[in-house]
Amino acid sequence: MTQFGGPLPAPLAGLVGPGGRGDRDADPVPGLVGFAAALRHAGLAVTTDRVAAFLTALDELDVTSKPQTYWAGRLTLCADPDDIGRYDAAFEAWFEPTLRGQRTTVQDQRRPPPSQLAALTRDNEPAEEDDPDPDGPEITRLRVAASATEVLRHRDLAELTAAEREHLRALLSLLRADPPMRTSRRRRPAKRGTPDPGRTLRAALRNQGEIRELRRRAPRRRPRRVVLLIDVSGSMAPYADTLMRFAHVVVRRMPAAGSGAEVFTIGTRLTRITRELRHRDAERALSAAGRAIPDWSGGTKLGDALRAFIDRWGQRGVARRAVVVIFSDGWERGEPTTLAEQLARLRRLAHRIIWVNPHAGKDGYAPIQGGIVAALPHLDELLAGHSLATLERLLEVMAHA
Amino acid sequence: MSNPVHNQHRAAPASPTELATALGATGYLADDGLATAAFLALRMNRPLFCEGEPGTGKTALAQAMAEVLGAELIRLQCHEGIDASQALYDWDFPRQLLHLRALEAAAGAAEERLDAEAVEASLYDPRFLIARPVLRALQTTPSVLLIDEVDRADDEFEAFLLEVLTEHAVTIPEVGEIRAERPPLVVLTSNRTREVHDALKRRCLYLWLDHPDVNREIAILRSRLPGVPERLAAQVAGAVRKMRQLDLLKPPGVAESLDWAQALQLLGARELDMDAAAASLGAVLKYREDADRVRAQLDAVLA
Repeated sequence: MTQFGGPLPAPLAGLVGPGGRGDRDADPVPGLVGFAAALRHAGLAVTTDRVAAFLTALDELDVTSKPQTYWAGRLTLCADPDDIGRYDAAFEAWFEPTLRGQRTTVQDQRRPPPSQLAALTRDNEPAEEDDPDPDGPEITRLRVAASATEVLRHRDLAELTAAEREHLRALLSLLRADPPMRTSRRRRPAKRGTPDPGRTLRAALRNQGEIRELRRRAPRRRPRRVVLLIDVSGSMAPYADTLMRFAHVVVRRMPAAGSGAEVFTIGTRLTRITRELRHRDAERALSAAGRAIPDWSGGTKLGDALRAFIDRWGQRGVARRAVVVIFSDGWERGEPTTLAEQLARLRRLAHRIIWVNPHAGKDGYAPIQGGIVAALPHLDELLAGHSLATLERLLEVMAHA
Repeated sequence: MSNPVHNQHRAAPASPTELATALGATGYLADDGLATAAFLALRMNRPLFCEGEPGTGKTALAQAMAEVLGAELIRLQCHEGIDASQALYDWDFPRQLLHLRALEAAAGAAEERLDAEAVEASLYDPRFLIARPVLRALQTTPSVLLIDEVDRADDEFEAFLLEVLTEHAVTIPEVGEIRAERPPLVVLTSNRTREVHDALKRRCLYLWLDHPDVNREIAILRSRLPGVPERLAAQVAGAVRKMRQLDLLKPPGVAESLDWAQALQLLGARELDMDAAAASLGAVLKYREDADRVRAQLDAVLA
């Protein structure tokens, strides 16, 4: 590393940082490291080696020049196009001397989500409040739930009591999610297949240059990517918590590297929550995801959200040859034709499109909602998703897609 | 890191501005950020990781840098299933086998016994080594290694790249370590079809490339296609800019506007009118839906 304590250009007033620390002879490093800390608060993944790279870069450039400082930081501390907006805001806030000389803080301007998990399961058990004996029935209910796993598997997720929900969470975490497989371009040694010159020759060498047998290789099998799009609009609220847990199970069970599972929520806008759901602990993963989603229980613009997904992610490769699962009841506020157009696009990219509708399993269901009617021609499967049993069925369909 | 670059084939630029001028002389117009990024990549010996919309000049940057440095451009096009034997080196197995047979035949004729060790040593001679792009870049000085569309390769390949990019050396078991005399300038590009692992990004400088603004785009058109009249270049840049705001499936990049301007020039158009535009729309829009949408409001786009 270079000598950061060494003689760096002194006139740094206004660049070193706010709070009157911009003395002419001040050491710029604390101010710059403080800037990195501010970026970390703004949500950038700033690690120590990145900060070191930032300082090295400044060493090569002119630290007194604001654009050069800006670019040194942007090149070394950002790692994603989403980071750049946050970086710009933090840079402005840190290096613009404020009039009152106060410490600038970087604020997360996103609307706070309606208190996380409690919000996901609200409006369902008013019964408990007017229960005369709070302990007795609760215990009975628990026992009933425990002894009736089979029954619970088929119960509608929207109509569960708190205790049943608790039990269902345990059952959900036990689900086996096997990824669908595809053949890879890479090859591995195999009994049958095309000849493998490298291994054949190496075997021949051990055998005085005599080729005794032909070694072979065959394509490897690799997991196919799975993309889950979860509708978090108001009409899906009773199912949202369970579906998020289901997504967590899928993300955790499928190999994360390369072609793992991807999860997005759709509502009035699109949010990627794969990173949040990777956390091992379900509660933490879900609360992180809850914080990331700005449009809980809002309206649905399926077509627009789907377009955003295909433009930003799908067409670039996330949906290519993937198994795409859409969880939605098909209530569409926007134009159904947009939805049909976007699904047709998705159809050309994805390997399979599976639509999971919580209402599809109910008696007397007919696919008449605008969204579903528009979508039907483009789907490979329309499944029910109102109970644990149907989610198990979905996993089976996914594994064999 | 602190060692300045010695005996550069051509004098190394001393500041980002100087580098921008040098890049400009090759016909690549770099803005501040891009010039700073390339300058730092040279100075810090760090790979430059370029992301951005297709057609924003990621690949062209590597080409221009090679020209500025007077270095050889070595390109590794990534694809799914690419592995070390396609990126790094491979042994020429058929020739090795032939060599073995020839030795045997010679020994048989002379009725000698072959010394197994000597035979094996002769098999792993550098002349049977096929150097693939990464190894070639390490052996060539000066060189620019372009690892194009790294997001297309699978994740195992990234782990392998990490090793090469940090060490600037590879170890071939039969030959030993091959270390670059001077590390090549490495440029990685990605279209974001997949998120590249953070460990790889952390070792690189990250540059996000956006579509240029109208004036820069006109300048790029003029410098890349000197035969295009100024008026046509301005019209093409303006029309492409409007297309980018049209919510298309694939908004045209700089590469497409260059194609379009060239197509118009070949058609003998002096300026962009409705007929010329309609005839050459295929050079700039690559989806039927996009072409339909633009054709429906062509007058507004050309206005």
